[in-house]
Order: sequence, then C-alpha cells, then structure tokens
Amino acid sequence: MAALSVGDLMVRYGSVTAVRGVSFDVAAGSVLGLVGESGSGKSTVARALVGLTPATGSMRIDGADLSSRQARRRVQLVFQDSRSSLDPRYTVEQCVAEGLTGVRGRAASARVAELLDLVSLDPAVAGSRPGDLSGGQRQRVAIARALAARPDVVIADEVTASLDVSVQAVVLNLLRRLRAELGLTMIFISHNLAVVEYMCDDLAVMFDGRIVEYGAVGEVIGRPEHPYTRSLLAAVPEIGQRRLLSESDVEASAVTDPASAGGCAYRLRCPIGPAANPEREICVTTEPAATAAHAHHAACHFARELDHPVGPRG
Amino acid sequence: MTAAFRGPRPGRLLSGGVPLLLILLFVFLSVAGPSIWGEAASASNVAEANQSISAAHWMGTDDLGRDILARTLVATRNSLVLAVVATIVGGCVGIGLGLLSAMSRRLGRALGALINVLIAFPALLLAIFFAVLFGIGSVGSVLAVGASFAPGFARITQTLTASVVSKEYVEASRVLGRGPIYRTFRHILPNIAEPVVLYSTIHIGTAVLALSGLSFLGLGVQPPVYDWGRLLNDGLTRIYVTPGVAIAPSIAIVLAGLTFNLAGERLSDLIAGRRSAPSARRSQPRPAEPAPDPAGDGGGALVDVRHLRVTYASADGRVTTPVRDVSFTLAPKERVGIVGESGSGKSLTAAAIAQLIEEPGHVEAERLRFMDADLLTPDDSTRHVLGRNMAMVFQDPGEALNPAIKIGTHLIEPAVIHLRESKPDAKRKALDALRAVAITDPARRFEQHRHELSGGMKQRVGIAIGLMGEARLLIADEPTTALDVTVQRQILRLVDRLGARTEAGLLFISHDIAVVSELCDRIIVMYAGFIVEEAATADLLESPAHPYTSVLLAASPRMGLDKSRPLVAIDGRMPGPDADLPGCYFAARCPRADATCLSDRPPLRELADGRRAACWHPLTEPGDVPTSEGATI
Repeated sequence: MAALSVGDLMVRYGSVTAVRGVSFDVAAGSVLGLVGESGSGKSTVARALVGLTPATGSMRIDGADLSSRQARRRVQLVFQDSRSSLDPRYTVEQCVAEGLTGVRGRAASARVAELLDLVSLDPAVAGSRPGDLSGGQRQRVAIARALAARPDVVIADEVTASLDVSVQAVVLNLLRRLRAELGLTMIFISHNLAVVEYMCDDLAVMFDGRIVEYGAVGEVIGRPEHPYTRSLLAAVPEIGQRRLLSESDVEASAVTDPASAGGCAYRLRCPIGPAANPEREICVTTEPAATAAHAHHAACHFARELDHPVGPRG
Repeated sequence: MTAAFRGPRPGRLLSGGVPLLLILLFVFLSVAGPSIWGEAASASNVAEANQSISAAHWMGTDDLGRDILARTLVATRNSLVLAVVATIVGGCVGIGLGLLSAMSRRLGRALGALINVLIAFPALLLAIFFAVLFGIGSVGSVLAVGASFAPGFARITQTLTASVVSKEYVEASRVLGRGPIYRTFRHILPNIAEPVVLYSTIHIGTAVLALSGLSFLGLGVQPPVYDWGRLLNDGLTRIYVTPGVAIAPSIAIVLAGLTFNLAGERLSDLIAGRRSAPSARRSQPRPAEPAPDPAGDGGGALVDVRHLRVTYASADGRVTTPVRDVSFTLAPKERVGIVGESGSGKSLTAAAIAQLIEEPGHVEAERLRFMDADLLTPDDSTRHVLGRNMAMVFQDPGEALNPAIKIGTHLIEPAVIHLRESKPDAKRKALDALRAVAITDPARRFEQHRHELSGGMKQRVGIAIGLMGEARLLIADEPTTALDVTVQRQILRLVDRLGARTEAGLLFISHDIAVVSELCDRIIVMYAGFIVEEAATADLLESPAHPYTSVLLAASPRMGLDKSRPLVAIDGRMPGPDADLPGCYFAARCPRADATCLSDRPPLRELADGRRAACWHPLTEPGDVPTSEGATI
C-alpha cells in the first residue's frame, strides 16, 4: 500500500488553465472520489498524475517523486471507454501483456491468465479481440492490463459511464474487491454521486479547476458546506423520489460558464451568492480560500451558514 | 422496402475478378516474359525493319526489325518492378516523415509545413524536378518518382497517425511505460496499415504512368534497357506509318494504370465490407407472433402502436431487427417513459413514431397512428400533422441545429411553414418561447448560431423549437444524457413546466430509470426490441413484475447504499438485433429462467389493471427481487 500526495497541481492548455492549484492526499489503501461537472478539471488531474498532460506542482507516492517513467508505472489509469482504450487489433492476451515487464513467452501467458482470473474473466477469452467482448468484459480487460503493471495507485476515470446499469455493478463490485484484495490506493472519478458515495472514503468536489469542498465522503454528502455541492446533490435523480422538480437548492442561473477571475467562480449560479443576495459583494471581489482548519472544508465565504443537513435523505 | 436477398451483382464480379486476373497476368509477364520473348525482343533483323502490323509481327517491328509485341511484353518486368520500387521508396520516406510530423512536438510543425508546400505541386512536375536532380537513368527516375510520391504518403500518414495517436489505447501504452518506438510499431503502424496499403496499390498504377512519362521524355530508363515509356518514345515518330509501335506500349501503360487503380478500390471495398460484416449468422425474417393487444382499442389515443417492428437490411442481404414487437398507446396529456439499455430499441421506437426511419430501415406494424394520421401510409397531410403537432428533442442538442442557420430561423420555421404565420408574428412568438425556456437576452440569442451556445442552452433551444408549433406530443430521446446533473435538472424541470402549460403528451426515452421516474406517469421497459413490462410509475417501482425490471431497479446506484454489501449485478449482454431466439430474450441472464423460457417466447400479457409484463414467471410479491447470490461476481 502506498499513499499519494498532490500539491499545488496546475495544468495549462495554451491560454486555458484547466487545473488551478489542486492539492490533496490519498491515504494508503483508501479511495478518493473526484466529482464535478464536465470541464471542472477532474479528468485533467488524472491525466496529469499518469503523465499524459504536462503539469506543474508536486506529485509524490510514499514521498517519492512521480516524474520518472519508472515511478509513473506505479500509478495506472483505467479509461472511460474500453472500446477506445483497447487496441482493436490486439488479442485480449496481447492487451493485458502490454502491462507486463520483464516476463516473456510462457511465463507471460501464465501471468495474463492469472490476471484474467483476478478480474473474473474466463482465461479462454485470451485469444479473442476486444470487439468480440461485451462492454463489461472489455472494461475488465482494461483493468487487468492496468493491474499487470503492479500499480500502487489505480485511477478509475468514469469507468462505468459507458456501461449499461446492469453491467456497471459488475465492474464496481470488481473494483471494490480488488482494492480490498490487493490493497490498492484509488482515485475514483465519476459524475454519479451515488456511485461515488458507495465506492469512496473521501470526496473532493471540483469546480472550475479547483477543489471547492473536501472531506470524508459521509461528511460531504451528509453535511455539504459548499453551495455547489448542495446543488449537485440536489440534482441527483433518485428512483421514485421526484426530488428534481422540487425547489430546494436550485441554481440561480442557467449560465454554465464559470465567472471570470476576481471572485468566486461559482457566483453566477450560486443559490446563496450575489445572484440571489445582491449585498454579498465579497463573492464578487474576493476569491474564497479553502480553509483547511478541519478535515472537512469548503471554499466558500458563506459555507458555515449551511449547517443544516440536506442530502437526498435529509 | 421489404428485405430482399440480393445475390452477387455482376458489376461487382467484373470490378473484382477482372483486376485480379490482370494483376496475375502482369505478374506472370514480369516473371516469365523475358525468358519467353526475350530472344524475339532482342533479335535484330534488318530485313524486317520498320514493318507495319502483320500476321508475323502483330504490332510491327522497330528500326532494327525487333518485334514490338515481344518487346512490350518483355518491358513489363522493367516497368512494373521500377514502379513498385518507386512506390516503396516514396512510401517509406513519406510514412517516416508523416509519423515524425504527427508524433513529434518539436519537428511536427516544421515538417507539416514542408509537406503542405510539397503537396501543392503536381506530382509529375516534382518527379521531373527530382529526375534532373538525381540524374538521368533508372535509379534517378525511380528516386525521382519516389520523392514525388513522398509528400502524398506523408500527408495521409500524418492525418491517420494524428487520429490514432490520440486514441486511448496509445495513451494507455504510454501510461504503462512503453516508449515511442514500441507505440509506433505495435499500435500506430498496424492501425494505419490498411488505408496506407490501399493508397500504395493505387500509387503503383500512378508510378507506372509517371515512370513511363519520364522515360518518354528521355529522363528515365536509358538504352539499351527499355521500359514501356522508352518504347513509346522510340515508336512515336513513326505512329502514322506503323501505328503498332506506339499503340502496343500505350495499351500496356493504360492497362497497368487502370489495373492497379481498380485493384486498390476493390481492396478498399473488401476491407470496408469486412469491417461492417458482424460475426453473427444470417437471421431469417419470420412473422411476428401476435401478442395480445394493449388494453383498450386505442380510440382517442395520441399515439397508438400495435406490433411495431423495425428491420434493417444490409447490403449483403442480412436483416437485423432492432425493434421486434412493440405495442402501446399514449393518451393525450399523458407522460410515458421508455427505459432500456443501449440497443434495446427504445430510440428506434420513437424514431418510427416520428417517421424518422430511413432506408435501409423498414417499419412494419399492424397499426401506427399519431392523432388522426396513419403513419403507415404517410401522405402530405400526415407530414403536416407531424410538423404541426409533434416536437422532438434529441440527445445531442447540437444535432438538431444547422450550424449555418441562425437560432431564430430554426425557431420561426415551424410556425411559418406549418401554421402559416407571418414572420414578425413568428418572431414575437419565438422570443416568448426562448424566454419560456429561461434563456437570458433572447433577442441576442435569436441572432446567434449554434456554436455560440453551451450544451444546456442548445437543449433549451431544441425545446423552444418544440414550443413553436402547437405540439400535442413531445418526444424527448435521451435529452439529458450528454449534460451535467445540474443542467439535467434544469432541463427536466423545464420539460415538466412546459408540459403542464401546453398540456402536450410526453414520450420520454432514457436509459436512466431514475430520470424517467421523475417525470412520467407510466413507464415502459424495453429489452432486446421487446416491451418486457409496462406499468404506472409507482407500481413499477414498488413491485416490478419482470425480473429484468427488478434487476434494473436493484442495480441502479442510489444514495445511501450499504457499503458492506456488493451491488446487485447481472453479467452478460443483451442479444443483438441479429439474434433470432425462440424463447425469452432475457432468459440467458435471468435468475428465474427455466426450460420453457428458452423454448417459448412469453407474450406481453395483462397481469393486473394497467400492468403488462412478458414473462412466464413474473415476480408477484412486492420486494421479490432476484437476489444477488449467483448473479453477482
């Protein structure tokens, strides 16, 4: 087991800053959830951690810097869409073997069979091509390939987003079992809060390239402090609850672009910010800092006002 | 059009068989030509010099009395070997440059610019330039033609590589610590090989032409060696006296050029055909078994569908059936949701109602009505009824908007065309509609184009367009799937509010049963092209009758799950549209299935008031859920 530590991570694409100073720690063997809307930077954080995107800031695994290619192999990424993350010309065995180093021939085949067994796939699929497998099977091949590199940290980036719901559960169960069996440290990225709650120990909510709220998953979901987290939670569709049509925590505006620099990026949509309460000028003038005074914190000037629990069951 | 099985077309045989035969002929001539006709081609016989076409010399003789036909046949080897070598040279240089320019950040831009400049020149011009540069003769001309091909190869490689290099499997390879050489040879080259090989085949034909051109100009092969271009050069001066001396090599050049071009195209057809052909066996169309009719006779219904079936016939005669048997009605003002996994046929069911199934798709039904219009025999009035009374919102909010047309034009079109309103009236109404979907500053948005709007905004415009007619039915096909949850919430609230205001019926299609349950009075669950269950929302959620519905409900993640237990899961996959099973299509994944389920198809039958399910062993007791034992991994 190994702990992952990220400090002041910044990612720029040309003139666009996708990640603006993100810091977090993932304790050894724990799962951190990253949620946020599209464009919030959660996938960019994942890409930066595995070296697919140049970034500044510190990335350490058990204190060791993550910048060499060898160290990078300790962090593996499982992509969203297994249709595109597996080479259609490879057999399943070749796909998984790509993650192996220093083993060849029969030893490699044996190790691949072991890995396929580990992800509950019949080793007989080793000869098939990804196109012949179902979405759930393909995603398990992708997970086996990541595990072949013997990683300490696995990042799962929306791994079930392209799967149908009945198969999604198969992959989620598998990830939970692997984490327990192999002692993996994980980052679990998803837009589905129910899945994140089920899978994770800690939760970081991202908005516009920043972490706006962080804490133990039960804390953040049970007692959300940031108005964006509350809007997000209020927007989770729940079977038979008809919550979405209620009036609670509706965003103030349908504007989707974050506000320009200078104040809080969420202020245009914030249900309790200047769009709703014009006297709250501080949201326009000063960027709220993430106060790390206690384990659960939110980057909002008025976070403390939200001390009544919401959440779907509240 | 009903599905008809087509045999191999004579045209395809011609285009496929003939180039193959010709290639074999050319290969034979290249290999055996010199040893068979070599003597005849080189034996000078001054007595027979400059003869015209005759029985002894079919194409005449040259000024040394050598047989032109024999010389043409013998020249095949030189011409083709040089063409192939030139193509290989051009291919290697071009592919190398293309790979470098697509993969290297530093070199990429400079190389890309160089390729752009070179590709602007005609290849023959470049070839002549390089021929002068590399020197006259076989080697020089091969290098020249190769060099003139390189920019084309570089461009196609660059484009193909750029698309492969951003694929996630290449990124995954990087994450696994593989270097650029491994990635190039193991991922990129194999995945761009097919189009590059095609391009090369076609270019062999072009190389024959180019090399012949150079030889003809005297820049290529030098005597005593000869190829077709050289022969043509020698013969051209006498074309009016003994036409054979020019005609024979000309025919050879044209034939070789055509052959390789046709072969390349045929190869590309073959590859394309192979890609589109799934591994499944041919499914025979068979009559749909009649299922009992839905409750009531559908009188007064907004939508009335009986035994709807949608088939697709592919070019090679196979028939797939994504919608197998769907019957339901939708009453005025009613909100019905269709839930199913991808490939369950839910979207095509909606498309059939909206008359959006196009060739090679085919819609069959016992009844398919929208309001008073019979959609099975559509005419102009049907189109009018649809245009005026049916609105549709799609998954990709941008798809429905033409990028070249202003948002405003999209909005006023239905009112102007179907309601015959004046443009100023329609514009006033359009601004109201934009306001109704909570778009700020509607006057400015009216003048904008689709790329200036965000995803949620585009979806709002789609809904606003629906408001412009006098829609009695709104069909929303996964309208929020591409959107973030907060935006999804806004759109659902909007659909709800507008539905209440306009009293239009709603057919809401989604893979997410939670989303559907927010809005709909009744839910239809589809699986593999069938309706497996239909019930009022509360009944369906509380006590699902079909095992699939119950799995769908149990597997949908919800807040507050017990973390100590695994999720309910059912592995496996839904039978595709090409499957043809005698029994229940869910049986293979169903924890309750027995022999009957595999051999006999359960009809969609009425279980209780307003509730239908297609299952031999429906779950009757509320909470009687197939357990996770044995179904989970």
